[in-house]
Amino acid sequence: MNCKTLVSELENYLDKELDATLRATIEEHLSKCKKCRLIVDTTKKTVEIYCNSEPAPLPADTRKRLHEALAQRLRRARA
Amino acid sequence: MSTPKVNPVRPTLPSQVVREDEPVLVAAAQSGDVSAFEELVGRYERKIFRLTQNITQNHEDAEDSMQEAFLKAYEHLHEFQGNSRFYTWLVRIAVNQALMKLRKRRPNVVSLDEEIDTGEETVPRDVQDWGPSPEDRYEQTELGGILSKAIAELDPPFRVVFQLRDIEELSTEETAEALDLSIPAVKSRLLRARLRLRQKLDRTFRRSEIS
Repeated sequence: MNCKTLVSELENYLDKELDATLRATIEEHLSKCKKCRLIVDTTKKTVEIYCNSEPAPLPADTRKRLHEALAQRLRRARA
Repeated sequence: MSTPKVNPVRPTLPSQVVREDEPVLVAAAQSGDVSAFEELVGRYERKIFRLTQNITQNHEDAEDSMQEAFLKAYEHLHEFQGNSRFYTWLVRIAVNQALMKLRKRRPNVVSLDEEIDTGEETVPRDVQDWGPSPEDRYEQTELGGILSKAIAELDPPFRVVFQLRDIEELSTEETAEALDLSIPAVKSRLLRARLRLRQKLDRTFRRSEIS
């Protein structure tokens, strides 16, 4: 295991889609390589920050137009 | 030195929790209760707009795609069979609407299912610690701007896969199906997207930048 192989397996490692042997090999490398630990930590953090981010409120005029369009369609459904 | 432990990349999030009343609302909407459908729209409008905005990178197209997605979802509600979350089904509709707009506006943009050379990823250089919660150094609005700018700089094939897998939390299989891509193609695009976003955020979050 070297740093390049670790990066190529990073996506499977973060998503826990590796068999136990390869995972153990990666973790052995991580225990010795600070740079790879930082790559794993900061990539994981990148995903978490996006995953946790709250969407901004809808702009008022955008929301108004959406609900007008829906109201028009739903009125037809009610009729 | 002890073996480092890596937790699953996804924390437990409110957005991952299927709100218990969603199937009830969907069933009510399918039976003609329009207020139930309005409740579903209110629940997801912000997320769907962020999705269409991130894909199209154009406000007008994002708004049109969102409207069309909700209207289409209403028209086809009777076809939803509950095999997936309603939200996942809605995301797929919205992605299709947004991609149509993107292709119309940028016909030369690389096709999402085209073979692209993702190449071998190189090992990032000059890697630095970000600290435990680098996002906490920013106000919500400022952080939102940083995240939007970074994702906007990704090419569409990477941006869309990241959006579906890591923001909308679709599975690899669902993402592949929604984008008509193979599973290896989703994985290679996701790896590239994650590494590029890591690199972009590194400029902002590296610990040495703390004043």
